[in-house]
This record gives sequence, C-alpha cells and structure tokens, in this order.
Amino acid sequence: MAAKQETAAAVRDVEQYKYGFVTDIESDKAPKGLSEDIIRFISAKKNEPDWMLEARLKAYRYWLTLAGEEPAWAKLTYPKIDYQASYYYAAPKQKLASMDEVDPKLLETYKKLGIPLAEQAVLAGVAVDAVFDSVSVATTYKKKLEEMGVIFKPISEAVHSHPELVKKYLGSVVPYTDNFFAALNAAVFTDGSFVYIPKGLRCPMELSTYFRINEKNTGQFERTLIIADEGAYVSYLEGCTAPMRDENQLHAAVVELITLDDAEIKYSTVQNWYPGDAEGKGGIYNFVTKRGACRGKNSKIMWTQVETGSAITWKYPSCILQGDNSVGEFYSVAITNNHQQADTGTKMIHLGANTRSKIISKGISAGKADNTYRGLVRIGAKADGARNYTQCDSLLIGDKCGAHTVPYIESRNPTAQTEHEATTSKISEDQLFYCQQRGMTEEEAVSLIVNGFCREVLQTLPMEFAVEAQKLVGISLEGSVG
Amino acid sequence: MALLEIKNLHVSVGGKKILNGISLALNAGEVHAIMGPNGTGKSTLSNVIAGRDGYEVTEGQVLLDGRDVLAMAADERARAGVFLAFQYPVEIPGVTTSAFLKTAINAKRRAEGKPEIDAMEFLKLVKAKQKILGMPDDMIKRALNVGFSGGEKKRAEVLQMTLLEPRVAILDETDSGLDIDALKIVSEGVNTLRSPERAFLIITHYQRLLNYIVPDHVHVLVGGKVVASGGKELAEQLEAEGYARYLSAA
Repeated sequence: MAAKQETAAAVRDVEQYKYGFVTDIESDKAPKGLSEDIIRFISAKKNEPDWMLEARLKAYRYWLTLAGEEPAWAKLTYPKIDYQASYYYAAPKQKLASMDEVDPKLLETYKKLGIPLAEQAVLAGVAVDAVFDSVSVATTYKKKLEEMGVIFKPISEAVHSHPELVKKYLGSVVPYTDNFFAALNAAVFTDGSFVYIPKGLRCPMELSTYFRINEKNTGQFERTLIIADEGAYVSYLEGCTAPMRDENQLHAAVVELITLDDAEIKYSTVQNWYPGDAEGKGGIYNFVTKRGACRGKNSKIMWTQVETGSAITWKYPSCILQGDNSVGEFYSVAITNNHQQADTGTKMIHLGANTRSKIISKGISAGKADNTYRGLVRIGAKADGARNYTQCDSLLIGDKCGAHTVPYIESRNPTAQTEHEATTSKISEDQLFYCQQRGMTEEEAVSLIVNGFCREVLQTLPMEFAVEAQKLVGISLEGSVG
Repeated sequence: MALLEIKNLHVSVGGKKILNGISLALNAGEVHAIMGPNGTGKSTLSNVIAGRDGYEVTEGQVLLDGRDVLAMAADERARAGVFLAFQYPVEIPGVTTSAFLKTAINAKRRAEGKPEIDAMEFLKLVKAKQKILGMPDDMIKRALNVGFSGGEKKRAEVLQMTLLEPRVAILDETDSGLDIDALKIVSEGVNTLRSPERAFLIITHYQRLLNYIVPDHVHVLVGGKVVASGGKELAEQLEAEGYARYLSAA
C-alpha cells in the first residue's frame, strides 16, 4: 500500500516537473532530464519494491555529489555530455511499418552478415506479425532451462520473483560508488538479464540476449547479473553482430558476474553499435562497467569481447580473483575506423593464492581512429604464487590512426610472476599485394589479414558467434585502405 | 594472337629507367625462360606484369588475350589468369594456408560466376595437390609462410598455382634457396601444369632449373633489354660461358 501511495506522490511530483512534464503513470515516455522524480517514475513504471527504489535513489544522490565529473583519465575526446538532455525512460520503440522504411545501408550490412530475413526485420525494428522461428525456438529452450533450475529472465522480473538473490548480489561486484557511470546506471537502469545457474549444473546451451531481442527496450542503461553457484557452468552471449537501431546516444551498462567454488562463467560480447559516419558525426557513446568476482576457490571467469561499434568505447571487463586457484581470462578485439575512439582493456585483481590470469588484447586502428589498451594487473600481498600473462598487439592501417598501450602492473607479493608482451605492426604493402595477386580485392585482403591477427581471440568465441564475428571484422574496416 | 604479348615496354622506378623496350610474345602452351645477371630488370618485369605499385610504365603495352593488362588492378589481373610465384613469398601471421587458399579460390570462382567451393570438395582437392608436391597434409593448418623453410615456401607457391590454374604463370627465381630434392619436386609440380592452354614465364639466374623445366624459348635480359633469344641450347651456352659476352656488348 505504502508503495502505491509513493507512486501516486511520484506522479504528482512529476506533473509539476520544471520541464513542463505533464503525464501520468500510463505514459510511455518520461521527459528529458534526470531528477529524483524521474527515478521514482521509472521505479513506479516497473512496479518495483521499496528497497529497489531506495537503492536507485541512493545511487542517484551519490551521482549528484560527483557534480558531472566523468572519469578524465581515458584517452578519449568528446564534447561534454548534457545529462539533462537525455531521456531516461521510454517504452519499447515505435516499430517501423515495413522493411521499405529501413535504411538501405543497414540492410546491405545484414545481407553481408548473412542474417535471415525474418531476423533482419526484428533487428531493424520492423513490426513483425508472424511468430518467426527464433522466437518460438527461444520459448522452447526457456521451458527446458526452467526445468533444470536455471533462472534466465529480465532483471526487472527477477526483482519480483527472486528478491533475495537480487538483494544479495546486485551491486556486490560493481557498487554504485565504483565510478560515475556505474552510479548513473544504478540510478536509472532500465532492464537487462538476470541469470542464476544452480549448484553443480553445466548449462547445456549458450544463453543469449539475442533470444530476448524483441521483448524489451534494454539498450541504453542495461544491467546484467549472472551468478554461477558451486560447480556450475554457463556460457553467455551478449549483443549481436548486426548493427541495431537506437536513437539514444549515451549508453552506460553494468554487468556483474559471480562465481562460487568450482564454478565457471564464459561471457562473450559482440558490440556493434552505430559508430557514427565517416566524418565522425553521431555514433553511440558506450561507457560500460563489467566486472566478475571469482568468489569461490577454483572458479573461473572468461571475458571475450569483439568491439567494432560505437563512436566512444570506455570499457574494462575485469576479474577479482578472490578464491584460491581461481582463474581470470580476457580476450579482446577492438577495431576502430574513421573517427572512432576506444579506450578498453581489463583489470585482473589477484587476491587469493595461486590465482592465474591471462590477457590477450588485439587492437586494430584505421582511418583517423584512436585505440588504447589500458590494463591493470594487481597482485595482493596474500596472492602467493599468482601468475599473469599479458599480450597486447596493435595493428595499424594507414598513417593517420593511433594505437596506445597503457599497462599497469602492481605486485605486492614476491612469489608472483607477471609477463607482459606487446607488439605494434602495420599491414604491409607486400602483404596486400600478395593477396591481391591471388585475386582478392583489397577489402578481402584486409579482412583476411586482420582476421588472422585476431584469430587467437576469435577462436574463443562460441561457434555460432565466431563465423559472424569474422565477417564483421571485414565489414568494419571497409574503406579503410586506399 | 599470342596469349601474353609484351610490346616495347619501358619502365622506370623513382625516375630511373629499368626496362628499355622489351618485346616478347608467349603463345599458349609455351614455356619461356628469362635469364640474366642480377640487377638487369628481371624482377621488375614480373612485378609490372602482375601489377605491383611503384613502377612507372613510360611506354609500351602488355596484352593478355588482346586485353590491356596494364589498365587492370592487380587483383583483376590475377582473376584474369595472371599468376606470379614470388621470389620472396610473404608471411601472413594468423592466416592459415587453408583459409588463404580458400579465399583465393573463391575470389576466382566468383569472377567466373561460380558458387563458393564446398568445404569437403576443397579439402579433397588440396590434399590431392599437396601429395603431388610432397607436402604433409597438416601443412595447410599452419599460418601462410610463417616459419616455413625456403623449400616449403616455394612448394606453397606452386600449390597455389596448381589450385588457381592460371593462364599465364610467372615464376620469379623460384629456384633460389632450393636444394636439389626440393628443386626436383617443385619442377615436377610445374611440369604437370604444362598444358596447351597455358604459358609460363620462368625467370632465373641459373640454368639449373631449366634442366628440369625445359623451356621452348630462352631470352637473355641485360640492361633492361632482351639482348639474345634462342632455344634451350642458349641456356646451356650461358651456363658454360656466363653473361660476360652480353655485358660487354651492353
């Protein structure tokens, strides 16, 4: 009852909103800007319990104390973001009436990626009447997963169905105080995935946000929480090789992973948000906080990311290796072309004894783009026998782009071993001519050479993702040579 | 009409004249050898035909079946049937020989309006050709030319040539860096490709290779010009006497 009164109060407050926001709880869209009222509105829309609203408000108040000071240490240049100019709540996007309304360039890309027509429509945001294959397949799988005890649902539903798990783990790896964007996300997150794998279960299929693609509008402030209980295993796929339509420029997602004793999570991402045009106009700003905690002994977290989209990428999927003998791995391909900027890498925090980590980073820069690897390997005093291996390779295409490597290594334990290798190379004229002499076009040649450069990382992707990712690598670099 | 016709070809590199009016006509089914001392423009000739950047053609023509080769981009020339076996094959890290071969074969098939090659068909084809060249099956799993020995690189070149079935094959110093066993195997590979539809241009410093790939015509290139042409006996004569006679004349 109390919640209902609060909601009513929130709605009243909203009505007097200084931007002239006059609406009611049935409205599909909150006005521009961020305030406590907007947060109450979001929470009310989702019918959230009080504790969730409180958590949001706490995060928001903390965010306010940061006074708009975004982290300034990344090698990124972009105009100041006006947080009052963004929308923080919108019901699912207006669908386009038919494929004729879709940008032909987008369709061309889908075709190159080999995406079936029915899925193209969904990705492009066209209203589809018929229930098409992947949705019905997804429903079948969901039922099977439920029978096994796997919880895989939107986090907005988990808040209601499994409050004990959400309360215990949400914010436990990435607290709202962690950074500017994490605080923002904790205050306004719209939705995301919640996964719980019960003790001893090896999840027999890859879990994918792709299955939920047409269900919810989760793109902008996504919040994901994955828990693998003792001895459990899951492979999770996020994102999609196909470029997706999105009107929102600012994206700030948070992903938290937790593994208990002997558990393993494999998290793979393909990010292909709109990168802006060739002149650097438009494009998504992607500020993501992804972190996993290997809480249990012998547990493992493996991140694989293929980052080809967005105008700005700020992202450091990390592992906190708390449990003894736990393992963290990070495999990354980051491609920047035209005016794209990426500052990405990882943090491996070794706390437990005999913890091991491996970092393989491949940065490809073309056009006028800047690509930075930024990584931290920290070995705590108690992490006896900890080991890290880091390899950072950069590939430059053309002479107007930049590649930067910023590795930090901090060791407080004399028994620990860390290794760091780094290379920077260019696609040579000789390599291009050699491929062309065998009949390949320049674009085919670049795609082939870059795929070779990334092979070690692409191999860690699940099969269904890997093939599309290979094509995507080529497509992202189109027009980068000559 | 000759299959490949080079007419009065003049080429400069960085303002320096390298080729001074070369004319050659290769008929289908013929093997021509170009011999000459170092630095006379042998590799320039092969690079210009294949379309490498950095060469300025100041005069002359190269025609393939009467088509203007010099007007085509390097990849178009390749798809039209010009193949160059490189003197120094290029390493491509991370790209398996198999992936490279498949991409090349499919580029050609696309140009011919054929569908992409089936994975099983591809493996069967490559295995059969590898066997002829005495290459182990798993060699195609290795990154192309990375860590290959000199002999392995040259075999890989001939393997590519075998799979791409060019109209005109240019072998640029394919014998360099080969021991006698590898030389025999590579030569056999080339000989099986000799056919009435195909022409070869074999560029070499030594006569040794020509004992195994017997040419129909031998040309001596000195100072960017063909100074003598003849049959295979010309190669033998060069082996005995050296290039001194032509050098003093030039």
